[in-house]
Order: sequence, then structure tokens, then C-alpha cells
Amino acid sequence: MSSTSAVLQERSTEPGAPVLVVDDLRTQIHTPRGDVQAVDGISFTLGRGETLGIVGESGSGKSVLGRTIMGLYTTGPTMTITGRVLIAGKDVHALSTTALRDLWGGDVGMVFQDPMTALNPVKKVGVHLTESLRKHRGMNRAQAAAHAAELLNLVGIPEPRRRLDQYPHELSGGMRQRVVIAMALANEPALLIADEPTTALDVTVQKQILDLLERLQDELGMAIMLISHNLGVVAGRADRVAVMYAGRVAETADAATLFDVPHHPYTEALLEAIPRLHQPPHVRLAAIDGAPPNMIAPPVGCRFAPRCRYAQPDCTAAPPVLDAALVRGVADPRHSFACYHPVNAGGQ
Amino acid sequence: MGRTLLKRAGELAAVLLIVSFGTFMLVSLLPNDPAVVILGEGREPAEYAAVREDLGLDDPLPVRYVDWLGSAVTGDLGESVVPPYSDVLDRVAAALPVSVELAVLGLGMALVFSIPLAMWSAYRAGGRADRIISASAFGVLSVPSFLAGLLVIMVFANQLGWFPRAQWVRISDSLGDNLYHAFLPALVIALAETALFTRILRNDLITTLQEDFILAAKAKGMSARHILLSDALRPSSFSMVTLLGISLGRLIGSTVIVEYLFALPGMGSLVIGAANTGDFTMVQGAVLVIAVIYVLTNLLIDLSYGVLDPRIRRAHV
Amino acid sequence: MSELTQVSTPPAYGQAVDAAVSSPPGRRRRRSGSPWGAAALAVLGVAGIAVGVAALRGANGWLQLAVIVAGLGLAYAGVGRLLRRRFGAGFDLMSWLCAGWLVLLVLAALLAPVLPLGEHQDLASTLDAPVFARPDLFSEYPLGTNNFGLDLLSRVLHGARASLIVALGAVAIGLVVGAALGIVSGFFRKATDAVIGVLTNSLLAVPPLILLIALATVLDPSLRNLAFALALLALPSVVRIARASTMTFVQREFVLAARAMGASRMRVMTRELLPNVMLPLLSYAMVMISVLIVAEASLSFLGLGIQPPDPSWGNMIAEGEGDAFEQHPHIVLVPGLVLFLTVFSLNLLGEKARKRFDPRQAKL
Repeated sequence: MSSTSAVLQERSTEPGAPVLVVDDLRTQIHTPRGDVQAVDGISFTLGRGETLGIVGESGSGKSVLGRTIMGLYTTGPTMTITGRVLIAGKDVHALSTTALRDLWGGDVGMVFQDPMTALNPVKKVGVHLTESLRKHRGMNRAQAAAHAAELLNLVGIPEPRRRLDQYPHELSGGMRQRVVIAMALANEPALLIADEPTTALDVTVQKQILDLLERLQDELGMAIMLISHNLGVVAGRADRVAVMYAGRVAETADAATLFDVPHHPYTEALLEAIPRLHQPPHVRLAAIDGAPPNMIAPPVGCRFAPRCRYAQPDCTAAPPVLDAALVRGVADPRHSFACYHPVNAGGQ
Repeated sequence: MGRTLLKRAGELAAVLLIVSFGTFMLVSLLPNDPAVVILGEGREPAEYAAVREDLGLDDPLPVRYVDWLGSAVTGDLGESVVPPYSDVLDRVAAALPVSVELAVLGLGMALVFSIPLAMWSAYRAGGRADRIISASAFGVLSVPSFLAGLLVIMVFANQLGWFPRAQWVRISDSLGDNLYHAFLPALVIALAETALFTRILRNDLITTLQEDFILAAKAKGMSARHILLSDALRPSSFSMVTLLGISLGRLIGSTVIVEYLFALPGMGSLVIGAANTGDFTMVQGAVLVIAVIYVLTNLLIDLSYGVLDPRIRRAHV
Repeated sequence: MSELTQVSTPPAYGQAVDAAVSSPPGRRRRRSGSPWGAAALAVLGVAGIAVGVAALRGANGWLQLAVIVAGLGLAYAGVGRLLRRRFGAGFDLMSWLCAGWLVLLVLAALLAPVLPLGEHQDLASTLDAPVFARPDLFSEYPLGTNNFGLDLLSRVLHGARASLIVALGAVAIGLVVGAALGIVSGFFRKATDAVIGVLTNSLLAVPPLILLIALATVLDPSLRNLAFALALLALPSVVRIARASTMTFVQREFVLAARAMGASRMRVMTRELLPNVMLPLLSYAMVMISVLIVAEASLSFLGLGIQPPDPSWGNMIAEGEGDAFEQHPHIVLVPGLVLFLTVFSLNLLGEKARKRFDPRQAKL
């Protein structure tokens, strides 16, 4: 795929410049029952070839975050968005509708959770791929078909020519997700947002799809934002991980650091909930009691406090801010957490 | 597929048989002796007897039905029982094209109006345009077609004088004139259908627009127009096609009324004229023809699902 | 391993977000505005109506109509806002107005013979009455007169009697016969179901208006015959709904329990199934009444239903055919408006009832 990465080289601004910059992003959703702060002040950057894992429970705001970054959610009657998102240097929420359409499918691609619903049942696989190629690259029908077959080949679908003429329901779930990925990659985006790309798939297929994403990243050099409720999916795939709770980042660090020395009790609880092979049999997995907070009226202080086993009175007074972790007294700029009473604090 | 088709065909045959029997039995609902209806009162008993003999009314019922059905199938629907005693099939054959043209034009207009309206409404669901379109559609559905027809005639034919109010020009004479004369009647037919289609299509479009594949298309950078036309419309059209079958009955009803209002020489005018003069053989023949067409069209609509939804195509074929 | 890492279930908040996000962009929250603005709107509207009715009596009829309609619109908007302010945003003025109209209509139709109304039918007694008198609420003929000098208000109300009797009678017949057939069909299935199915399909195989016209050809146009003919129109849908709900209820525990206790099939059908089947049927009845009122009006309009001089909304509108409508639009507009309001009200309330009571809520 040397030709395709050449295209990417041309497009990316300067080497080292971040592909994605998110700065104090807030998404407020207006529901009939009240306003929900689904994304509450999130900032991070993501460079070329880097993978950021976003982990959180259902309803933690991670999917809303993905779609807000993408610009699929915009300020309107049902929501208000503040903060800034730069994708390949472009301010997503300041772009015109037409510029946004050039961005989508061009600079940024998205992989959806359920391949059963992400493909239009009445359209052939080929059409799904070619319409994007024709729009963004001005290819004619034949060129687009040829390139679409190449794309299917790239995502590991055998007999790509024949597949182009099939309808989505004629493919297996794993195949469909490969098609969805091919769709997102059609124009070699600089950024790929994968929103729970494996949740709807069988466990064996999950691994194949994650391996595929990893291979494609090596070949195409894009940045990936991997959203999942499952720490296990993110483990070993992401360079960095951000744990989200109730619309905020609870803790973020390099993957290895996070798994070794989690500081936030919530991260610790999530890690304890992962079953391990070397665990003795018949040991109960730790579960986190309670449910995420009602986001229309979230707790005043730390939002995790009501479920936290280390909670102290001061936790409910004011929300903790995201601070850098100290490693031997020196602040680690790549590891920060929001907690008054961190675990493993004296560990290193 | 073979078995379901066979079952469908069997049901169809049974339905047609029962409808034909019901149509045939209309005569026996007549409060008076058909012979008296035909000849009028005050004739010799022998004359009545001759007419009854002629109509075969003295034979037992099953024999009469088989006779009647036999000749109906071979294209003999009998003769009108009032002057000028014309051949029923000839009259039906002359009237049918007019009605079919009106119905098809009306339906076509309704689709042309309703698809963009529904898309606009669904795309900006909850907005001002949507609320106005939805409320108007609901209102229009509460206007009976004869009332709508009268109002349309009053505005476009009488007050504005843009279109003729009566007269019919056959297609074979002049296509332009034919369409000019058919426009207003077709518009009246289209009104209620437009309202209905807009409502149904809007609701289905709103459901479809929330699907992931719409978001996926958006995330590919497709334009709103492309998404509505190419992604959303076809998956949203199933209810509307089902509805086409149900609304066909209404469509025929409003065609009948429109023909009466505009004095057009179609099936409606034929049936109403015959009903007003008690011409029961004419009504029988016309009802039979309409019922057969209606049943067969509904079958066609059923079969058209496969074209719209590839998933069904695979399951059934 | 993946399933187990999943932590707890989605909270209520998640659903709220999903709902807001997936719900189509829109339905802005209504700005409530000041109560004085709403009150002013309402007062202005009422004033407009008053001006239209009283001050413009001699003016151009269309102008008068336009002023009254505009006044009604303003008053509706103003009063609606005031009431939403008082009873909350969910207050639906339109539904109350529709219900009010139907109650008023039914009462007036019931009391028509004893109300001090003009002559509705007897041509001999109106020889000296003005013909084509314009509607004027302060005159002897509030809604005007027709070409024989018959009072339109009186004719509309007597016409309502005919329409309502025929439509209600037809729906009652249709419900009784249709529910019985539908329950039997859904309960016994097999051959019974097949036979009833083919019979209802045969009824559906003739377009409704054509069926009515065919019956009108051979039947006397009496109210009773009309009701029976219209009942045939209502029958197929009643049978289908009753059959479908029977088939869902027949598998429920309470029916099985009754059968296990040795209840006879008759008892199961009448005591266990009928009450449950009636709810969706009744919620459908309003819409059925509206369809049948339109059907009766169409038939009478075509001269095949209720025969003049007996009034019915259909044959009153038919009087306006031709030039009369152009010269004297109220001939058509008065019965037309009453018919429209009635059908609209029934449709609106029927739709609400069906959404509320019929869990299967067909899209139609």
C-alpha cells in the first residue's frame, strides 16, 4: 500500500503535529427531563500512528464524545457544544456544512458498533464503498469499483470482486464489520474513530478485527481513537488510555502505567473486574456496586464518590481536578487523575 | 415459494368466486320482481313471464349462477336492462381507460407531491415546516373527496377559470388536451392520497434517519440530499407500498366521485348512472370488473416487496 | 473475558441521553412568553370574531369569513398559551375543542326536535321564507337558508341525526358481528379461520364505495338499509383486529388457567377473550365512525343515500352543485364545515385513543 501512504504523506501537515486536538470539550444534551452534561470538559491530543483508548461504562459519555469530536453532533436545539476540536488542523465546529462533509470520510473515518445496522440493507456492498470514493476523490464508476475491491482486499475479505455485488445481509457479522472498516478507510483518513468496533461480534472475531485495525494502522499510519466499555479490548492495543466516568476523565496514562499503577479507585475497580487466566478458579470477580449517577442532577463533588469504597467526606464537597501523578516526587505529564484519595499513591 | 404461491392462487380464486357470487346475488336483493323493474308496471303477466324466461330467472339458483359466470368469463356481461339496452362489456370497455388514467395520474401526482414533502418534514422533524405539513396533512385527510372536489372546482374552474370543469378529451385525440382536462380531477384524487402518503412516509423516514447506517453515510461525508434520496427513501417506503394496496380502494372511491363531479365518462359515472336508473346488470358487470382489477392489483403490490427489499427477495425467491 | 469486564447496566441517564440524541433534532421547547401577551392575543382574537360576526354583517361575505377565521386563529393561539401556562405544557387544547364539538353536536342532534329551530323539511311551510338567505347569527336564519327557504341550521342538525344514527348503528352492528366472527376465527383457527378469512377478504375485494353503490342500486335508501350496508364496510377490519388480539390473548396464562379449570369454550370466549378484545376494538371505533360518516355523506351526495327533502350532510352539499355554489357559497360551506369539523374531531380523538389503548398500534 505504498501508493496510499504516499497520499497520506502529502495530506498530513507537518511531521509530529497532532492529528487530533481536543480542548475543554463540553457537550450538553437538552432532554425533556432536563439538561445532561454528557461530555464535561475533556482535553487531549493524539498524534500520527498513535492509539488512544477511551474506556467507560455505558452512559459515561464516551460515544457522545466520539460523535462530538467527529462533528456529527453540533450545537442546535437538542444540544450545546463548547470547547474546541482540531482534526488535521481544522476546527471541526467552525467548519461550514460542505467543509464538514469533506472532512467526514476524508480526514476522519468512523467505525460503528453494530455492523448489522451500520450498513444500509437495500444497498450493495460495492455502493457503500464507491459512493464515498466518487464523492471525495472524483473517481468514475470503474475506478471506484476497482479501488473498492482493493479496499476489501486490504481489510482481508476474500473474493472482493464478488462481494461488491452482494447485499450486506449476505455477509457474516465479521465480514460486515470489515466492510464498515473499509468504508471508514476508503480515503485514508488521518484519524479513525472506532466506537465499540467489536462489541457486537463473537469473541473470536473480535480479536481478528482488532488485529486488522492494528495492521491497518501500521500500514496507513493513522491515529485511532478506540472507544470501548471493555478494558480488555483496549489493553495491548492502545498506546494511551483515558478512563471516563460520568462525562469526565477520571484517569489517563500510558497504557502500561495505567494497568500497573492505577491511581483512581474507579480504574482500580475496572481492572479488578477483568477476569485473569492465572486467577485461582471459583474466585468471585469484583463488581462495582451501584449504578452511574443520574446525569441530569449529578453529585456535587466527585461523581464516583457514592460508589467508591475509599470515599471520604471531602469527596462530596467539590469535584476533584485532573492533576498530574507524581513519580518519586516529580510530576508525570503523561499520567493524570482526578481523585482526592488515590490508590497506589505511594507506590512509586 | 411454489407452495405459498399456490396457496395465494387458491385464496385468490376463492375470493373471486365469492365476489362474483355476491355480485350475482345482487339481483335477488331487489325488492321488486326484476321483470317489473325492466318493463315497468301495468303490462300483461305473459310479458313479465317472457322477460323472466329470457333472463333465466325461473331456473334454480345454482344453474343461473353457473350460466351467468360462464358467460361472464367468456366476456358476455349481458345487456343493460334500461334503454338503450347497450352491451355491458362495450360500455365498460369504453369507460375503463378513463378511470384508469385518472387513478394513475392522481396516484402519480400524490407521489410527486408527497415524497419531497415527507422528506422535508422528516429532515427537520419537530420544526415549524414539519408541524405545518403534518397538521395540514391531518386536516386534508378529514375533507371528504366530494367536498374537496367541489372546492377545487370552485377555485380553479369557476373563480380562476384556469381549467375546464367538464368535458373529456380522449388520449387518442390529443394527449395535451387530454392531460389538460384530466389535471383538475387528478388533483382532487391526489389531495387525500398526498396527505396520507406524506404522513406515513414522514414517520418511516424519521425512524430510518435514526438508523446507524444513516449516521455511517453521514460520517462518509455524503450530502443531506444524497442521504435522503439514496439511503433513507427506499428502506422507508415499505409501509407506503403496503398502504398503496389499502388506499387503492379509497382511490377507486374518489375516482368514482371525481368522475361524477366533473361529468367524465369513466367507470364511476357509469356505475352511478346505472345505480340511479336501477340498471342492475350494468352495475353487476362493472362491479365484477372493478373487483377483479382490484384484487389483481393488490397481488401485484404484494409481489413488489421483493423489488424494494433484497432481504425479502432472498427469503421468498 | 469481555462480557465480565462490563460493569453494571446502563443507568437511567444513559437512556435519557440516547433518547435525546436519537430523537430527531427538534421540538424546541416552547417559549412560554408573558401571560399578558397570550391574554392580549386571546382578546384580540375574540374581538376579531365579534367584529366579523356583528360589524361586518353587510360586507362582502368572503371578507367576513376571513376576519372570523383570523379571529379564531388568534383566539386559539392565545387561549392555548394561557391554558398551557395554567395546566402545563402537555395541555392539548385541540383535543378538548374536538371533544367539545362532538358533545355539542350530539346534544344538539338529540334535542333538535324540541329546539326552537326553523323548518328543515316541509317545503310547503316555507313558501314565504327568503331563499338563499346569507348566514347571519342575529337573524331568524343564523346559518342562512337554501333554495327552498329551508333553515340551514335546522337542516344541519337534523342531518346530524341521520348521519349519527346511521354511522353509530353501522358501527354497533359491525362490532357485534365482527367481534364474534373474529374471536371464533382466532380461537378455533384451522378451517373456521380459513373460511372467515376468505369471506372477509371477499368483502375487502370490492372497493368500499363501489360496494355501497351496488347495494344502493337494489336496496331502498332507508336508514336501516343504509346502516346495514355501512356495517358491511366496517366488518372486515373489525374481524381482523378481533382475530389478531384473540390470537395473542389465547396464549396468555389467564386463558390457559380458565381452560385448565374446565371452563367451556363458549365461556372462555365470552368471559375471558371478549373483554380483552373489546378494548382495541373500541379504540378503533371512533375512526370507524368517521369513515362511515364520510361514506354515508358520499352516498347521499351521489343521490343514492338519504333522499331529499330529508336532510343529510351529503345531500345538502349536493344542493350546491352547479351554479348555486358559485352564487351562494354558504349552501356548501355550512354543511361542509360541519362535516369537516365532525370528521376531523373523530379522527383526532380516534388517533389519540388508538395510540393509548391499542398496544399493537397499526400505522394506519
